[in-house]
Parts: sequence; structure tokens; C-alpha cells
Amino acid sequence: MDNMMLQEKLVEKLLCPRTRTTRQKDKQYVGFATLPNQVHRKSVKKGFDFTLMVAGESGLGKSTLVNSLFLTDLYKDRKLLNAEERINQTVEITKHTVDIEEKGVKLKLTIVDTPGFGDAVNNNECWKPITDYIDQQFEQYFRDESGLNRKNILDNRVHCCLYFIPAFGHGLRPVDVEFMKALHEKVNIIPLISKADCLTPNEVKKLKDRVRDEIECFGIKVYQFPECDSDEEEEFKQMDKELKECTPFAVIGSNAVVEARGQRVRGRLYPWGIVEVENQSHCDFVKLRNMLIRSHMHDLKDVTCDVHYENYRAHCIQEMTSKLAQDNRTDSPLPILPLPTPDGETERLIKMKDEELKRMQEMLEKMQQQMHEKDQ
Amino acid sequence: MSEIVPPEVRPKPVVPAKPSHVAPPSGAPFLPSPQGTGGEGRGSALLGYIGIDTIIEQMRKKTMKTGFDFNIMVVGQSGLGKSTLVNTLFKSQVSRRSASWSRDDKIPKTVEIKSVSHVIEEGGVKMKLTVVDTPGFGDQINNDNCWAPISKYINEQYEKFLKEEVNIARKKRIPDTRVHCCLYFISPTGHSLRQLDIEFMKNLSRVVNIIPVIAKSDTLTLEEKIEFKQKVRKELEVCGIECYPQKEFDEDTEDKSDNDKIRETMPFAVVGSDKEYQVNGKRVLGRKTAWGVVEVENPNHCEFSLLRDFMIRSHLQDLKEVTHNIQYETYRARRLNDNGGLHPINSSGHDTQESNL
Repeated sequence: MDNMMLQEKLVEKLLCPRTRTTRQKDKQYVGFATLPNQVHRKSVKKGFDFTLMVAGESGLGKSTLVNSLFLTDLYKDRKLLNAEERINQTVEITKHTVDIEEKGVKLKLTIVDTPGFGDAVNNNECWKPITDYIDQQFEQYFRDESGLNRKNILDNRVHCCLYFIPAFGHGLRPVDVEFMKALHEKVNIIPLISKADCLTPNEVKKLKDRVRDEIECFGIKVYQFPECDSDEEEEFKQMDKELKECTPFAVIGSNAVVEARGQRVRGRLYPWGIVEVENQSHCDFVKLRNMLIRSHMHDLKDVTCDVHYENYRAHCIQEMTSKLAQDNRTDSPLPILPLPTPDGETERLIKMKDEELKRMQEMLEKMQQQMHEKDQ
Repeated sequence: MSEIVPPEVRPKPVVPAKPSHVAPPSGAPFLPSPQGTGGEGRGSALLGYIGIDTIIEQMRKKTMKTGFDFNIMVVGQSGLGKSTLVNTLFKSQVSRRSASWSRDDKIPKTVEIKSVSHVIEEGGVKMKLTVVDTPGFGDQINNDNCWAPISKYINEQYEKFLKEEVNIARKKRIPDTRVHCCLYFISPTGHSLRQLDIEFMKNLSRVVNIIPVIAKSDTLTLEEKIEFKQKVRKELEVCGIECYPQKEFDEDTEDKSDNDKIRETMPFAVVGSDKEYQVNGKRVLGRKTAWGVVEVENPNHCEFSLLRDFMIRSHLQDLKEVTHNIQYETYRARRLNDNGGLHPINSSGHDTQESNL
């Protein structure tokens, strides 16, 4: 009896792998759980950058909103053109860069503005300068990435585009639809309803529903918030759900500070009341700020890198290789593998070779078996 | 109910009036001294009371019986509150949208002209109000010449009137479908006029009386409103656009000072609403938001009451007169000159080969 039990125990020890790690429990833990902290420290030192584009007709409060979001005054020296000067204005792209620091974390914020969009009488293709700009940034990054010295790549790609829909209308106008369709595969679009202080709560709800329906109906792919992980806290999940149901955000911006309820807040003073920008029951500004800066900034960057940039890159490479195949050039400016263009002749050859290989493999197996039998 | 201000004492032109205002304003007494005083006064006094001044009363009775025609056109991008404002102005559901409240109307591909007529009555005075709406204006991506259908419509109405006028057997009272007033809605951007606004007003200010209004002005604070209005006025001046009331048609100094005051406050910043709320124990028309109630008829909140008083209570007749005496006459003169005698574009079988001049 004892012999058998001993034997069983031995077998157990040999077969059961757990016996090894239990020995290791005595040793200290490895410690790679500190990896996120190391990454954090390095990134804080390096600093972050974020490029935000604002698009929409003039007079919708874009600059005011940007100032309110980042608590700076980026447009101090701006001169607004009068109507005569604007007759021959085309859509321009202007960039403002500002370095903001908060609790040791540095952010290099670039705001890309699009004055002149939608202002002319004939707005055909007024979004073309904007799509060209975005493509240019992608192209520049693509070249840098494929270059020899990749240490200091400047990332000017547009991470997010805030599109302003006027609150005065009844939903999306033709120019809004065309703009968003031209850009939804190049950049993360977040539609906003601006100057929402001219709407009653009922009207806000109706307009939001209508805009959401139209976006779906026209097949416009605006930025979607990522789904919450199932192991997140209940509170976070609730917040996330509220956020998603609130889109598009109805926002109000203000450059001025007013006195309301005994406090000094950013707001707008009307004869009939005071609108507080940061009051959640007045507008969705706080939600937008939280989403844009506090929770989803990194995700916006990720989606830009992983989805929009990759789309551009794949498209670019395909174009280049098809050109190469046409021109039959052996040297290419970039070290890339040419995609095999399916050709009838080569396919047949490949098939033949495949079959040969298979036959040889079978022969080898047979020989192996024969040898095995011989041994035994 | 608002109290009735009797219409200004000028004759309603049943037959086309002459452009020159040579005829003295009727109804005003010839006496240099106050009326009714028998026998006294300086100079050529009357020796008794004749009763010329009762002509005012006679005109009034007549006008009440015949009633008024008033045609107003609203122009502006969709969603600026045009229909709501017209409903608020005339305190009844007179606009195109009043029938069904569905907001599923699609933006039409070209500018359409839709006119709706109602007869409204107040204090025994009947008014046939026609509201001409222009859906589709300024809503497309390419808005080149989107004012062309509007201009065409206005000229067509003038043409209609001209044809009736030139008939040998004329109707006693020619139906007046000419647009007396065009309310142009400016979007409250707070910056300046848009290119489209300027193009429209440039092309149409000589053809119809344009009154620009700033729509949905509850989105502008007081300072922004003042600044915006100044900018708009300056831009209109720079582009040479004359809105109603036009400076050149001011008849005397009294008119001029009145109109100057109006011109200082134009364009009117308005808010429209057809819903009532309780404020301080009163029921007022307004818009209720989370931070307060915007009262439409409160002059501190917006200039709706100014616009209403100006358009309806004091200058209604003047709008019609300017349309008839100046805009229409310009059109008529041009038409007659162009064809060297009246040869209507659409010959309708009347014997109009000879000029009636």
C-alpha cells in the first residue's frame, strides 16, 4: 500500500506543473507592474501635443469656445474683415500654437482655424482647402516616418475637428452634410451645436435628435466614444452613457466673467438672466471639455494614428505600387515591399510549385514512417 | 387688444396718384388758426365753421369699408424665425407654417415663392394681409443668384398692376399684389453682414422697401447688439444700400427727424414667439430658458415692439405709398421707355398698341 501511494505522489509531482511555481512564491515578485508609472514619467517629461481643428461659418463662436475650453486668449490680435474685404476671400488655414502647463504636465496645443469657410455666396467645394491641409499633414508624417532619422518627428496631424452647426437652423444644412462627408474618413469629427443660448431646452432636444437622425441617415461617421470596459466602475459607466446620449453637444462660450449667484463665473449677461458656461443645466460645455480633454484626448490621438492615418497610408502605398507596376521602375524613393500584382502566369507557376512541395512532403513522411518501423 | 391708431390722413389712391406731391395734404385745415373757432383769427379767417375738417372722418369711414391690402415678404435663411415673427407681428397664425407644425420640410433646391393670404380685422378695420415666403433662400451650397426668383416675383407683381392700370376698361379698385415691404432677416453672428446679405440688398433695395431685422437676437448681449448694429449700419452705408425709410424720400423736416430716429435704431433686433408665460403676474409672449424668460414685448429685452409700432402703427400707409409712388413708378417709367410705348411682354389681346400717355 505504501509503495503505491509513494508512486502516486511521485507521478503527481512530475505531472503537475504547479509544483514549480509554488517554490518560486518564496522569491520576490518581478516588479513589472511599475511599467505604467515609468511610461507616465517619461511622457510627462516629453510632454504631449494635441492638434485641434475648428471649422464652421464665421460668427458661430468658434474662437470664443476655444478660449473658454483652454482658458487662454488665442485670438488677441485678430482683425475681423468687413464685408467688402471679404468678397474675394477664400478659405484659409491658420494655426495658433500655445504651450500650456498644468501640474507639471506640458501640453503643446495647436489650434487650426478655417476662416472663410461657408461665408461666400458660392460655397462649392469650400472644404477642399481643409481636406488638402489634412492630407498634407499625413503626407508629411508619412515621409518623416519612412525617413532615415526618425528621432524627432513632428506630429502635425490633426487629431480632432470640432464642427460648428448653427443653432438657428432646423438641422444640418447641405454645406454641413457635404463637409462632414468629405472629412469623416480623414479626421475625428465632433459636431457641436453652437450659440445654444438662443434655444429653449425643448428646442435643444429637438435639434439634437434631428441632427443625430440626419447624421445617421447620410451615413456620416462622426467620432464614436469607445465602449466602456466591463470592469469599469458603475459611476464611470453611467457618465459614459450620459455622454453618448448627449451628442451632439450644445455649447455656449464666453470670454467674459460675470457675477452670478455670488460667484464670479464665465458667462453671458442678458437683461433677462445670466447664462453660465460651466453650469450643466445651461449647456453641455462641461461635458465637452471633460470629454475632449479629461477623458478622451488620448483616444482621439490613437484613433487618428491607428485608423485615419493608416487609411491614408494604405491608400498612398497602393497608389504608389500601382504606379510602380505601370512604370516598371526598379528604384523606389522609399524602402517598401511591392505588393504582388496578381498575374495569371505567376499564379500557375506558384500552384505547380505548391503541388510539387506537397508531393515531396508526402514522400518524406512515408520514408520517415518506414525508418521508424525499421527501428522498432 | 391694442388701441387703434387711426390711419394717417392721406388719401388711399384708388386712381394712381401723381408722383409730385403738389396737392396739399388733405384733411389739414386751411385756416392758419386753430379750427372750429368761429370768426376769430388773423388774416383770411373764415366767418363761420364750414366743416372741412370732417373730411378726416369721411375718409376714415370709407377706408374702413373698403379695407386695406398689405403685402409683406419675408426673406432669410431657413430657421431664422421668419414665420414665427410674422405670426407674432400680426398676433395670429398667418404664415405658411401655421397650418402644420411639422418641421420635416426639406430645404427646397431652388428658391420658391409661396404666398398665403388672410383677412384680419381689428376695430372694424379689415386688412387683407398677404405673407410671401421664400423658402430655400441662402440655404444651398452655391447661392449664386438665389435672389433672382425673388426679383422676378416682385417685378411680375408690378407688371400685373401695370397691365390693369393701362386697360381701357379699368377696374374700380385694382387688386394690389405688389410687395409693400420686405423684411430681410440677418443672422445674428455678431460680426458683420454676410456676403449674401449684401448682394441681396444691393440688388433689391431699389425695387422694394427693405427693412432689415436681426433675427433670433436673444443670442446677443446688449453690448454685442450695439456693436453689431453699428457694424451693419456702416456696411450698408459703405455699399450704398438704402433701406426703408429711404433718406431721399423724406418730405419735410418733421418726417426727417422721425425717420432719423428710426434709422438710428435700425436694424431692429427682434425675437419672435407665439407662446405665453407668466412673468410677475402677467402673461407675456416670450421664450423660456433655463436662465430666464425673454419677453418679446419688453423693450429692454428686444426691439420687437419698436418694429411693430414702426411697421404697423405709424408707417404702414407710408410703406404702401412709397411702393406705389416711387418703386412702382420707376418700374412703370422704365417699362414704357424701354418699349417706346406700351407693348406688354405677354400680349393678352387688349388693344394696347398705342401709348396712353
